[in-house]
Amino acid sequence: MKAETLAALQDARTRRRAVTLATRLSDAAEALVYRDDARGELAGDAEIIAAARRAMETGKSETVDIAGAKIFLNVYVPPPRLVIVGAVHIAQSLAPMAAMLEFDVTVVDPRGAWATTQRFPGVKVIQDWADEAFQAMGLDGSTAVVTLTHDPKLDDPALESALKSDVFYIGALGSRRTHAKRKERLAEVGITDEMFARVHGPVGLNIGAKSPAEIAVSILGQIIEVRARRLEAMSAPKVAAA
Amino acid sequence: MSDALEVLDQVGRWKADGKGVAVATVIVTWGSSPRPVGSQLGVDDAGNMVGSVSGGCIEGAVVKEALDAIKDGKPRLLDFGVTDEQAWDVGLACGGKVQVFVEKVN
Repeated sequence: MKAETLAALQDARTRRRAVTLATRLSDAAEALVYRDDARGELAGDAEIIAAARRAMETGKSETVDIAGAKIFLNVYVPPPRLVIVGAVHIAQSLAPMAAMLEFDVTVVDPRGAWATTQRFPGVKVIQDWADEAFQAMGLDGSTAVVTLTHDPKLDDPALESALKSDVFYIGALGSRRTHAKRKERLAEVGITDEMFARVHGPVGLNIGAKSPAEIAVSILGQIIEVRARRLEAMSAPKVAAA
Repeated sequence: MSDALEVLDQVGRWKADGKGVAVATVIVTWGSSPRPVGSQLGVDDAGNMVGSVSGGCIEGAVVKEALDAIKDGKPRLLDFGVTDEQAWDVGLACGGKVQVFVEKVN
């Protein structure tokens, strides 16, 4: 691997840009393949470029045979994002745990006393209303949204805009009763039952979690599960390599 | 794969410090191997490691090859095809097999 390649991989991550590094195993010749660009010694080989882009779509790294040469395709997709609405006590456990799981974490809360970097060291903190913040950051298919405020004024607009995006996970803290009321309120702004079914509520896996840290574990367990099932469904059945 | 990014960061820091560095990557797995394809282990010229290519079983052998790769600059393809008798020697006790590519960072 060239030092420039290493720098390019790090840069791609910072920009949340997907890239596949293709390496010919016989001599370590390389190509960095993006969706709309390709660089490096192997960048002139159309077959390698096509295979690298296919791997990028499934998100699965693999070794392929191309014209008698073994080429390893290492896929680097941007890390999943977790947006936490509500800079509350549970968020103080959820944010660092999610960062440890290599989520790109953002905490959103319009209340200045809550949304401080002091309460959330090492993660992004945005002091704003969730719907405004979502618009600025752009929710995508590799994003999970969790609302924790218990306050309809803060949670509802967040859920409404999350439901109108293609985020892979939406979770909302609150009891079954709270959740049922939430459903009624959101119906008034045009969220159908079918749409609302995407919201995981009460949030998290049912592991009897009580403390903020335990609740954070149950939420992350559920997010990991949803994401893994989705990635499994996206990739073709496993074929044993020759 | 996201942990590969942590490996690349550390490898980048070693490189910036002027150290010789190699990266080992799991490129093929068969059976129940402990780490998925794309998992990486970074090694510096003093034998320091970051990341993993197994559950800790083959890292020793991989580091040895990585140190050689740092010296001679040649890439290496390592097979850890583990039979039952070998399992406890090389250490993939789960019976999985992996192929690991080792290359120097130039």
